[in-house]
Amino acid sequence: MRKILILSTALGISAGLGGIAAAEDTSVVSWGGAYEMSQVEGYNKPYTEATGNTVRMIAADDPAVPLRAQVEAGNVTSDVFDLAMSDAIRLCDEGALMEIDPATLPAGADGTPAVDDFVEGSLQDCAVGNIVWGTVIAYDTTKFPDNPPQTVADFFDTEAFPGKRGLPKSAKRTLYLALIADGVPAADVYDVLGTPEGVDRAFAKLDTIKDDVVWWEAGAQPMQLLADGEVTMTTGYNGRVFDAMVGEGKPFGVIWDGQYLEINAFVIPKGAPNPEAGLEYIKFATGTQPLANQARYISYGPARKSSAPLVGLYQDDKTEMAPHMPTTPENVATAVTDDPTFWADHDAELTERFNSWLAR
Amino acid sequence: MANALDPHAAIVVQASAATPAPLTTADGQPLTRALARSQRVARRRAFMLVLPLLAFILVTFALPIGQMLGRSVHNDGYSANMSRMAAWFAANPPGTEREEAAFEALARDISDAAAARTIGIVGTRINYDVPGTRSLFTSSGRQLRELPDPPFRKAMVEINPQWDNDRLWVAMRSASTAVTGNFYLAAVDRTRNEDGAVMRVAENQRVYLMLFWRTFMLSLLITGLTFVLGFPIAHLLATLPTRRSNLLMILVLLPFWTSLLVRTTAWIVLLQQQGVVNDILVWLGVIGNGQRLQMIYNQTGTIVAMTHILLPFMVLPLYSVMRTINPSYVRAARSLGATSWTAFRRVYFPQTLPGFGAGALLVFILAVGYYITPALVGGSSGQLISNMIAVHMTDTLNWSLAAALAALLLAGVLALYWIYDRLVGIDNLKLG
Repeated sequence: MRKILILSTALGISAGLGGIAAAEDTSVVSWGGAYEMSQVEGYNKPYTEATGNTVRMIAADDPAVPLRAQVEAGNVTSDVFDLAMSDAIRLCDEGALMEIDPATLPAGADGTPAVDDFVEGSLQDCAVGNIVWGTVIAYDTTKFPDNPPQTVADFFDTEAFPGKRGLPKSAKRTLYLALIADGVPAADVYDVLGTPEGVDRAFAKLDTIKDDVVWWEAGAQPMQLLADGEVTMTTGYNGRVFDAMVGEGKPFGVIWDGQYLEINAFVIPKGAPNPEAGLEYIKFATGTQPLANQARYISYGPARKSSAPLVGLYQDDKTEMAPHMPTTPENVATAVTDDPTFWADHDAELTERFNSWLAR
Repeated sequence: MANALDPHAAIVVQASAATPAPLTTADGQPLTRALARSQRVARRRAFMLVLPLLAFILVTFALPIGQMLGRSVHNDGYSANMSRMAAWFAANPPGTEREEAAFEALARDISDAAAARTIGIVGTRINYDVPGTRSLFTSSGRQLRELPDPPFRKAMVEINPQWDNDRLWVAMRSASTAVTGNFYLAAVDRTRNEDGAVMRVAENQRVYLMLFWRTFMLSLLITGLTFVLGFPIAHLLATLPTRRSNLLMILVLLPFWTSLLVRTTAWIVLLQQQGVVNDILVWLGVIGNGQRLQMIYNQTGTIVAMTHILLPFMVLPLYSVMRTINPSYVRAARSLGATSWTAFRRVYFPQTLPGFGAGALLVFILAVGYYITPALVGGSSGQLISNMIAVHMTDTLNWSLAAALAALLLAGVLALYWIYDRLVGIDNLKLG
């Protein structure tokens, strides 16, 4: 069965793609939009200058989706994928990714070995962390001039804060929010979500606003919905919110309460067309300076400790980045930190439950 | 065999008229054999001409569909990676007490699968039948990197008491052979309990039957709407003078030639809360600024956008049939005293039915499989079964379940086609 599939797809695709793959040195699947731009500026341009190798970026709503489909079909077309850490661990468990030895990564600019330089949890068997980022609530300040929302509970309170809400079509980035709004302390979210009653509780809370939700999928969508006035509050990736607020001057506010803190990582799938070049790119891009470079263009925290002191101003040379970083102490006070192992284990069943809840 | 247009057939007729004796060609061979040979060459040449098309259909249509249908009953995620367990299940019939040997096989297989990084695949396969067990496999796999000391049963239960669960063992037994009907059960909201008997899944997980029903009802509604909207347009097109009807025809065809995505996003612009329609209604004072209507990202959005997109598929067959209706029939009915309504109902309308049949069948079958438009404008209440198939194809990667759902959808469409053929007769279908 598998063989026939590979054969029939290979027949069609090998002819078409053989020529394209040779033209670029490395192709990287990332999340598109402002985030992709920051990677091009922060990693790719210096990489091309230093090595002469070109990098082609491919945008996806969530690169884990094309990666899994490509591996399943036995036809991997890109070398490097930028994934949420939980997906990276999960795919590593399924044998879809190449293992990367952390000892081969370059030391930090201050001489710290890579193993100690990367923040906790950002080096895994198959994955090298690049950024620390948050999912936050953004709201339209013009809609709530006197009494702006401040907590996650306000997000679920459509009477005091009227208007539609934007939420992602994802179990992982909605269930924690419902539990926090229902009074679960950030530290206990996974304990509660690990029980069937806790899952029911989260869905019951989501039920209360289901009719008022506009669902989004790509990272650029929520800011568009907010700018169009389709929603008055939405969750979004903190760098995108920052880009809309500071980069484009939109009248948005951020609620850091109950932000969802995650690490993203670069991985190389097994069967990648050019894994050596991919690894070379990853080593360069996750170096101290490129990670610090990236923070000049988007407010995501670098995964290396040695990059932090190098982060200063936004590309306009006047906005201080620190207050917009998800890792700033005030902002992490009530944050839910991603538990990649929990999601590697539970993603499948919770996603299935979420999809059937969504469709009814 | 020989048909009237065949040049060789003419020879046969001529020859048999001349002599009744067995016929031979100039070099003495029996004529029938020579004829068969020359026809075989012609037939082979004709076959060679359609061969590229046949190969194309086979490779791009029949093969992939056959493969997908195969996947709906075949999944070797467990059986291929848990060889000792597969062997134990094969050797011991259902109902056998799970003894030490079974747990040893389990521990060793999990340990090996964890080392080979296939434990996720194994867990995913069992998770399809018993939700919530994927984590059992992966987390136990991490702890079983080194084999525990016997007795294995005690060791496994210590890692997680779930390992002695009846339902889990029923699921593992059924997954130990690659061929299974469980995906079809899942596609109709059914599962197996700890005795292996079929039962409905928990209330909050039932979704597919509801989606099939919604897809069917919405498709019927959309077919009805396209008929109501399309019939007058088609009538106008067929009766107007050519010059004006051509202009109108372009108006029908222009959206038909426009990209599906463009038309769908145009509806988003029109119907969204800050969109054109709501703006006009607020401006006219029909509704207040705070009461803007929710017309998109729900079922309404799906119905409106799909009706518009599928309208030409109803108008064009209706139009082509109406063009051929002789106007003198209606005139005759009128001159014999029928009112205009009776003349329409008893004379004109019945003659348009073949066009309606073709249009309805086209629209309905297209609507049943529609995917992009509901995904973009359907929100959550306007999703159809094809959107769930897409979720399982691209998101959860449960291709077996996606294949089972698709097979059921295909079977449903074929059944409707058959019913249509029995009731109306497929020969009455006219596309032009």
